Amino acid sequence: MPTLSCTVNGQAQRLDVPDDMLLVDLLRGPLKLTGTHVGCDTSQCGACVVHVDGLSVKACAMLAAEVDGADVLTIEGVSAPGEPLHPVQAAFKANHGLQCGFCTPGMVMATLSLLANDPDPSDEAIKQGLKGNLCRCTGYRSIMAAVREAGEAMRPDPTGKVDKAGMADHANNASQGQA
Amino acid sequence: MSSFHYARVQDVAQARAAFDEAADPRYLAGGQTLLPVIKQRLAAPDRLIALRHIPELKGVCAEGDHLVIGAMTTHAALAGDATILASLPALACLAAGIGDPHVRNLGTLGGALANNDPSADYPAAVLALGGIIETDQRRIEAADFFVGMFTTALEPGELIKAVRMPRHVASAYAKFPNPASGYALVGVFIAQHAAGDVRVAITGAGDSVYRHAGLEAALNASLTPDAIDAITIDAEGLASDLHASAAYRAHLISVLAKRALAGLPKA
Repeated sequence: MPTLSCTVNGQAQRLDVPDDMLLVDLLRGPLKLTGTHVGCDTSQCGACVVHVDGLSVKACAMLAAEVDGADVLTIEGVSAPGEPLHPVQAAFKANHGLQCGFCTPGMVMATLSLLANDPDPSDEAIKQGLKGNLCRCTGYRSIMAAVREAGEAMRPDPTGKVDKAGMADHANNASQGQA
Repeated sequence: MSSFHYARVQDVAQARAAFDEAADPRYLAGGQTLLPVIKQRLAAPDRLIALRHIPELKGVCAEGDHLVIGAMTTHAALAGDATILASLPALACLAAGIGDPHVRNLGTLGGALANNDPSADYPAAVLALGGIIETDQRRIEAADFFVGMFTTALEPGELIKAVRMPRHVASAYAKFPNPASGYALVGVFIAQHAAGDVRVAITGAGDSVYRHAGLEAALNASLTPDAIDAITIDAEGLASDLHASAAYRAHLISVLAKRALAGLPKA
């Protein structure tokens, strides 16, 4: 049984995991972080998207043992309970970017990754960025609106000029669970 | 999933040793195909040897007339690599169109080549570019590497370390992705190595990637869309399934060859 040392939402973790345990089962089981969902378990739907070392991955298509030494961010680490919502979460709420909400944790994690790479994405870039995430309620239009609004809210300059350095800071804060 | 032992190794020698001492081992690269395949019980290895932590398998560098790409370079890393964007932009573009962003953050060049899915994108690039697959044992020319459906020239336990791409004049890739999976229903990679040496590799249409002699002869005579129009693509032997008939795939080969040609940088 591999011994795993990693950081999850800013907290150091050290635990033994079964060799064949998936990352999503580590998160939802021993770590009790059930915000990361299992939709299809065939790496198609994206409900299980989390960040590993700042990169979005499908937690159902990665072994828990593979995140040894890594920094993992789940939806629980995006904004702390009782704190204001992260701008991405707030934009999903304001734009009805969710209905049943099952896909939303993955959508938010994918959006964070998308906006970190491209703070002012075109509609086509948003579609490509969310290509790995399925929603069966909204028809995606409200999700697109949410991502656009989140991008606006997160860009420091209200004139729409892009400040990549500022975005990088934001992404770093998010990955440390401080945003 | 079936139960297996997870072996973490630090270098290629350790990987090989871990492979040789197990009964039915598999190397674990990005896992984006292998883990779903294990879940579907299409494979039941007793040991997975994780390549994720082997530094020598990652990264891109220029070496003489070759671009050397580490086997564990992810699709996302490859798509964003400055050296590849500058000297082999068609490959960066191809990598940026694989699967979805989350898959691209884990999936690797070496894993995709070792799997040799008949609809995968990379085999078309490596075959048309005349890439050389460098393993822990030897160097294998692309022409000898892709043997058949999910089959390569790799011997049991042989590990891909890197792919060497030779310098060439220009290249471009066009595919018709399956809208659900992103895999190529048909993909056409055109590489111009020199005047009179244009290579056309086709993926998604047969059991494995292959070069199209008719298109190559036509494009060697005239590197124009009209030359492609003059060629009739034979549907005989092409894949036919619920996504596309052989006749439709033959049609797509012609259309995508023209799109790829349009994407070739003008000399």
